[in-house]
Amino acid sequence: MHLDDLAELAEQYRALDAGITHEVRVCVAAACQSTGSLPVLEALTQANTDDCCKVKGVGCMGLCSAGPMVAVAPKDGGIPESVLYREVKPEDAAEVLASVGGPLVERLHCPTDQPFFTRQMRIVREHSGIIDPDSFKGYVAVGGYAGLIKALTEMTPADVLREMTTSGLRGRGGGGYPTGLKWSTIAKMPPGQKYVICNGDEGDPGAFMDRAVLESDPHRVLEGMAIAAYAVGASKGYVYVRAEYPLAVERLTTAIKKAKRAGFIGNKIADTQFSFEVEIRLGAGAFVCGEETALMASIEGLRGQPRPRPPYPAESGLWGCPTLINNVETFANIAPIITNGGEWFAGIGTEKSKGTKVFALAGSISHIGLIEVPMGITLREIIEEIGGGCPGGKAFKAVQTGGPSGGCIPAQHLDIGVDYDSLKTLGTMMGSGGMIVMDETCDMVDVARYFMEFCMTESCGKCTPCRTGTWQMHELLDRIAKSRGTPKDLVLLEELCEVVQATSLCGLGQSAPNPVLSTLRYFRDEYEEKLAGR
Amino acid sequence: MALPATTPNVRVVTLTIDGRDLSAREDETIIEVCRENQIPIPSLCYLDGLSIWGGCRLCVVELEGQGRLFAACSTRVAEGMRIQTNTEKLQRYRRVIIELLFAERNHVCSVCVSNGHCELQWHAQKCGVDHVSVPYRQAAYPVDSSHEMFRMDHNRCILCTRCVRVCDEIEGAHTKDVMGRGSDCQIITDLAAPWGDSDTCTSCGKCVQVCPTGALVKQGTSAGEMVKDQHFLPILARRRHAQ
Repeated sequence: MHLDDLAELAEQYRALDAGITHEVRVCVAAACQSTGSLPVLEALTQANTDDCCKVKGVGCMGLCSAGPMVAVAPKDGGIPESVLYREVKPEDAAEVLASVGGPLVERLHCPTDQPFFTRQMRIVREHSGIIDPDSFKGYVAVGGYAGLIKALTEMTPADVLREMTTSGLRGRGGGGYPTGLKWSTIAKMPPGQKYVICNGDEGDPGAFMDRAVLESDPHRVLEGMAIAAYAVGASKGYVYVRAEYPLAVERLTTAIKKAKRAGFIGNKIADTQFSFEVEIRLGAGAFVCGEETALMASIEGLRGQPRPRPPYPAESGLWGCPTLINNVETFANIAPIITNGGEWFAGIGTEKSKGTKVFALAGSISHIGLIEVPMGITLREIIEEIGGGCPGGKAFKAVQTGGPSGGCIPAQHLDIGVDYDSLKTLGTMMGSGGMIVMDETCDMVDVARYFMEFCMTESCGKCTPCRTGTWQMHELLDRIAKSRGTPKDLVLLEELCEVVQATSLCGLGQSAPNPVLSTLRYFRDEYEEKLAGR
Repeated sequence: MALPATTPNVRVVTLTIDGRDLSAREDETIIEVCRENQIPIPSLCYLDGLSIWGGCRLCVVELEGQGRLFAACSTRVAEGMRIQTNTEKLQRYRRVIIELLFAERNHVCSVCVSNGHCELQWHAQKCGVDHVSVPYRQAAYPVDSSHEMFRMDHNRCILCTRCVRVCDEIEGAHTKDVMGRGSDCQIITDLAAPWGDSDTCTSCGKCVQVCPTGALVKQGTSAGEMVKDQHFLPILARRRHAQ
């Protein structure tokens, strides 16, 4: 199969909807489902009598706090061209359908000219909220699998690696390791059994980017994995998804089945010599399994515990074979890079952090949901303009990035451009992209205690500093938070932070003290107030 | 003592540990080279003959030019490596780690069967831990006395997993494993069954021999079991008079 054949196929699939002029898209991702979008979809489908209008379930549109979201869109239109409705109920079905080609329903209208929609730049989420995640045809119709076919038929693995290096893409799981470099390392390992793993064990509190990607556009991730496998010489892939994401697992299972049937996964893909099989593995609820060595142990059927590195997975990973492990969002970036070229991607973002990043806005913020913005955008733009600031007129206090491994950023640093390196200088990290916004009523000692409790209960128990150090730090924070602490406790807490950070085995232990260190850095006065018994 | 290289491909490297110039095979770890050259590095999970675990973190060392610390048990030597094994910072970290271990469970040496033969106690003395500054966890764990020869006291376990590894790798039984998360991790036999009910345990006793503390011991060695039986005396004496 060549790109022309794929384009022809896409044309065929588009022709299936030939008479349709408008689509009514109902979000059926987990967040909107939890607010009751399935009955809305049902009601709309039943009430729809217009042959020119198609009602379909689609992935996440972003503004989760306004769910269930329904979009009335011209057939090939994206979110900006459509009329969005918020908090739609099944009884609103007739009204919504009547607004197709007519006046909009003022009562439910959610304007798309607000910064939340206009300031975004959608690469990873370009099809999210537009295509039916369960439809293989829908994905191909919007140009899906063109990246894979282009890579397989027009590029050598070395070409793919070159494009990846040119693109400057960095791992979206948190560490920000250059993806091109990682791929090249594995490609350089002697030929033989190699593996590609997609890390979908998104465990940070307040982070739900990967879930939305898997639920909204699962083929995109599979395509990225297949391109990666071609580039590094792997023939087998695993998607490791946490079992807490049943809908993502279901959609991914469907996607794998359909892609296999269509010949985009499996033996001799698109009549080339390249074969690639994908299987799903479910996480059993351990946060530590997001750490790559623990994740691989879990796939092997062992207890999910990290092991010392080196050797890195690139050298000795799954069952001792060279293994490429990237995050869901990283894989979702691959196909457009191959289609549009690395140069195109490198033109977006900042000097050292290219492309866009999906962030999950949560906490005390008006617009809770998912956004995709170019790297380098300031925190102020994200929180005040896109996010709409704290609700109820409360003053912004801090934003936690990077989950329990990251730290908080106070109001005085809001004008910093968000990229991997700038966040590091502030004592936090990009992490997977969760942003928890906190307002003036938030108690920062309590925030530190919460994250420490999370680290304590999620510690695998393998290494001493993390296993017992987090318990001790939580105990001290608890004491301080209840105004029962002494200045000596604070000294001890800081000492423990240093030891746990320096001596823990894996990244989770090493970063467990970060929330404490960053709240101490910016809000030390709150600790001291508590120590003074207030 | 490391044997000469058996495969011709293994090269020999030179490195510096605490200012001493040393040579080593490149497939050796830092801790092996240190043991070979009588450079003391505390360790609890590492044991010559078992696989590398890297869990206790007592053997962390500093590598010149590297910002982070490395565990000596899981880091291979390399040409020109400059290693510091006993800086003030490392000593302080080790003291804290040992204190954390003491505070985690109930390590009360005076009533422990392993008093005087305990690696944790020994390292505490060597590293200068004369008191524990962090609060004790005060958690009570069960004692499994169901096995006729051995006993597992979880209150004295430091989760080094030597027993798990020796049972799996050397005896080949894999009776023992780890259950739970964080500080509530526990060594279990089979699927958390009483040790005495285990079908897989061969009663070889290797786990007891490798245990660094008093967590795994032979039956009959605790202070409470040191009961003297003097009933034989009058019986014997009476029999003798009767003759």
